[in-house]
Amino acid sequence: MLKQIFKISLMNLRNLPSRFGISSVVVVGIGGVVGVLVAILAMASGFESALASGASSDRVILLRDGSTDEMASSISQEEVALIGTLPGVAALSPELYTVVDVPKMDTGTYANLIARGVGTGAFDVRPEVEIVEGRNFVPGRTEIIAGVKAASEFRGLDVGSEVSLRDSTWQVVGHFEAGGSAYESEIWLDFPAALSAFRRNSATSLRIRLDSPTSFDELSQAIANDPRLQVQVISEPSFIEGQSATLRQVIKSFGYAVAVIMAIGALFAALNTMYTAVSTRTIEIATLRAIGFSSVPIVISVMIEAVILAVLGGVLGALFSYLFFNGFTVATLNPAAFSQVAFDFNVSTEIVYLGMTWAIVIGFFGGLLPAISAAYIPITAALRGE
Amino acid sequence: MAFIELTNVVKNYEKGSEVVHVLQDLNLSLHEGDFLALMGPSGSGKSTLLNLIGGIDQPTAGSVVVDGANLDNMSGSQLAKWRSATIGFVFQFYNLLPFLTAERNVELPLLLTNLRGSQRKENALTALRTVSLEDRAKHKPGELSGGQQQRVAIARAIVADPKVLVCDEPTGDLDRQSAQEILALLETLNEQFGKTIIMVTHDPLAAEHAKTVLHLDKGVLVESEQAEVSA
Ligand SMILES: Nc1ncnc2c1ncn2[C@@H]1O[C@H](COP(=O)(O)OP(=O)(O)O)[C@@H](O)[C@H]1O
Ligand SMILES: [Mg+2]
Repeated sequence: MLKQIFKISLMNLRNLPSRFGISSVVVVGIGGVVGVLVAILAMASGFESALASGASSDRVILLRDGSTDEMASSISQEEVALIGTLPGVAALSPELYTVVDVPKMDTGTYANLIARGVGTGAFDVRPEVEIVEGRNFVPGRTEIIAGVKAASEFRGLDVGSEVSLRDSTWQVVGHFEAGGSAYESEIWLDFPAALSAFRRNSATSLRIRLDSPTSFDELSQAIANDPRLQVQVISEPSFIEGQSATLRQVIKSFGYAVAVIMAIGALFAALNTMYTAVSTRTIEIATLRAIGFSSVPIVISVMIEAVILAVLGGVLGALFSYLFFNGFTVATLNPAAFSQVAFDFNVSTEIVYLGMTWAIVIGFFGGLLPAISAAYIPITAALRGE
Repeated sequence: MAFIELTNVVKNYEKGSEVVHVLQDLNLSLHEGDFLALMGPSGSGKSTLLNLIGGIDQPTAGSVVVDGANLDNMSGSQLAKWRSATIGFVFQFYNLLPFLTAERNVELPLLLTNLRGSQRKENALTALRTVSLEDRAKHKPGELSGGQQQRVAIARAIVADPKVLVCDEPTGDLDRQSAQEILALLETLNEQFGKTIIMVTHDPLAAEHAKTVLHLDKGVLVESEQAEVSA
């Protein structure tokens, strides 16, 4: 039996070049599907990794219990002081997240700008933040620093100029970068100064850098155990993930929907071509069976042929996507963060594997049905050309 | 019991709800080394009878015994194995695999044996020599004439040295000259190599090469006089 499978398969495969026409239809068809599938998944994957790039697993965000964003959260000064004494905290910054109105650079109309009051620990919590022009604000003074994106999008944020925020006047003393993250679209000011200027008495969130990512559980536990603390602990990656969940979901479901529709279409196309490829051989197969070959080896050898063609197609499609799309950069708006997210297509090995799996599945089922029908129709009927 | 013995054979086909009665209570016995020409109008069941003897079909009722093997109660895979050892098939349209060379086509039945590659090749070439086509071993079917293709098919039918050749209108698609060559070849295989041959044909001249001629009409066999055939 195995010998028969081997010999028929060998014979089939040796003849593949002579069946170039129909074989290449199968290869190109499956290649197209895999190519598109890989490209779409690479886009989704690139988008996710771009979102995750600013996130660090040793950073946590503390919000009031039940709050899902900084705007609707508050943490009292007492709580801040208590949390500062807990284990695992390497740096900490109480922050006041507010929205101010500032004229846009291009139109001059007023638009929302995030003004973030930050504690002195903010720069330890976010070591990627770097002053690129001017200097940092001095604690206690009405000074601000502007993220580079904010500075280019809003008027009056040049170093040295003064800006009026809610009845008080502030001096712009520097510009900062933050590794391309959304902070670059904010302005930062001293936390205590912000509290008094904006007449608030508690922080909206608390940002912490842990001494190591493994301290997360310890800190959450300590906070949960203290009845005086009504706050929730969220790691930065999951916070960012939560903020961009909707957009990610849209891209992902769109990607998968397109991929699934294409794959189903391709399955039928591949089935059809495989069917044609096999049914033109119905008489050949019947002849082989009359000579004494069994059905099972014939089915298996047709399947092997189909899967090999499919794998060829898969490799071709994946290679095509890799060459044309890997590293290809696109930008989209992140509605949750109100900022641009630029990302690269990321053709990863997992995606290539997934594409190859699809190819094999298509080849397998595309080959199975016609192979079985050709191998199990009565020999006499097949010979009569039915 | 005779070498080939069909007893009370009935063969029906079901076409949807309709039953087609092809062979009715048919009896036939042939001795080893016979050369039977089976004649009759189109649709009379000649191919059906041939397929029963060749073991690619089984009777609705009755028994088919060939070379001591009772075919009517064998399983599909038993039949396949039996055919590979006992029967050589020759078809009207040759049924060669178009992408294989003559030599590879002839070698096919040997893939079912335990012969090594070099031995298979040697046997295939011997069979091609028997049909005088050794020099076309590397040609594909498309590069051969109809008569040559049928000779390759005959080489394929005899390469595993089966006792029985079943030929369904082997000259039906050939010109007179090529047909004569094929018939002469079958005669040689019968006389010199002792093959038992059952050949379906429409052609009275073809039947002349056979030792026995039978007519099938509406599922019933009628013996015919040699004189009647040549007339
Ligand atoms: N597989 C089949 N299914 C249904 N009917 C068949 C089948 N094979 C043959 N027949 C019918 O049986 C009859 C005899 O066919 P066949 O043996 O091929 O005749 P012949 O070879 O004498 O021309 C015909 O009416 C044909 O339609
Ligand atoms: Mg017929």
